[in-house]
Amino acid sequence: MQLAEIVQTLGLSVRAGEQRLSREVTGGCVSDLLSYAIADARAGNIWITIQVHPNIVGVAGLLDLAAVVIAGGQDPEKATLDKAGEQGVAILTSQESAFTVAGRLYELGVR
Amino acid sequence: MRVSDIAAVLGAEMLAGRSGLIRDVPSAGGCDIISDLLFFGKPGMLLLTGLTQLSVVRTAHLLDLSGIVFVRGKRPDEGAIELAESLGLPLLVSPLSLYDCCGRLYARGLPGVIPGAPHLPAECA
Amino acid sequence: MVTPLKSFSHSYPVLGGAYYLAGRAASDAKRRLGEQQAPAGFARRVAIATYEAEMNICIHAISGEVVIVMEGERVEVVANDRGPGIADIALAMTSGYSTASDKARAMGFGAGLGFANMQRCADRFHIRSRIGAGTNVKMTFLPRPEDEEGGAPCS
Repeated sequence: MQLAEIVQTLGLSVRAGEQRLSREVTGGCVSDLLSYAIADARAGNIWITIQVHPNIVGVAGLLDLAAVVIAGGQDPEKATLDKAGEQGVAILTSQESAFTVAGRLYELGVR
Repeated sequence: MRVSDIAAVLGAEMLAGRSGLIRDVPSAGGCDIISDLLFFGKPGMLLLTGLTQLSVVRTAHLLDLSGIVFVRGKRPDEGAIELAESLGLPLLVSPLSLYDCCGRLYARGLPGVIPGAPHLPAECA
Repeated sequence: MVTPLKSFSHSYPVLGGAYYLAGRAASDAKRRLGEQQAPAGFARRVAIATYEAEMNICIHAISGEVVIVMEGERVEVVANDRGPGIADIALAMTSGYSTASDKARAMGFGAGLGFANMQRCADRFHIRSRIGAGTNVKMTFLPRPEDEEGGAPCS
């Protein structure tokens, strides 16, 4: 499933990396600790977290993730969006909790 | 859904707090940050997490959560299990990822928690 | 508060780095408020803020104590520590800012949200600190109308 379709269906806000929306999504990962995400997430995954700092961009780039979804209505830091813009990483946000975002993504068949 | 139902759905093993198996679970949340849990954790919520140390158990008890599911087969340490047992707090371990746990429970109609306002401090004296 | 709180005061020692012990003051406060039928929302706010204060001592200081005083309709919590102190209080209070060690972060701490949680839960919050000496946080908790609904988020 393409990232653009997920963005639309889940009502996510695109805060950076608009050019990445045609990416095919391979699965999902939920974690708030960078070390857990690095261990568990796979290339093409959507990473769902409440972390907002620039390190999430580094991890997303390192693992070649499809996008980071910042859940729980949290707002990414400006430095995070700047870095994401530079590195071409998609940063999306949702007002819903990480659990709900994951649940809805899973429901779409992203596994 | 009861804790026992959730254990079945997640293929989870019970480590402590068997007395809480029949407890009804109104909501669930996935989180690895203690302060965030303190912010949005609601009474009765089931916590899904990768954190395994004792402070998670203590925090869950403080917030009146219905139980904790440790994901990816991560086992809490002995101190955490003992504390949970003394508090009657159910602890489960599931081999599934946090993502899959959320997915399966959501698919069965268990709702998430509605987040509160973003982290904005009140005025201070 | 339907029934005024019985007078109570106790000092709980907190040891830096002793993560397995930290949280006792918060647990005790919650239990005592529960026993006296204090509104659930009130007990929750006291417990959350006290826990955050205890964890700050555990994560950052050498040692400290949390003093809890309950009387009538109010609870006072003072967290005092001997530790590095805070160089820039305004910066430390910024959401997301933290000087926690990697070890603390690996346990889910150090997200830089502790002070935000404390300020939101307490009705009065005061902090002072001295470099090389330590930090003192004082919080006052007074009844709020929404406490009766029990467990409403502190917002």
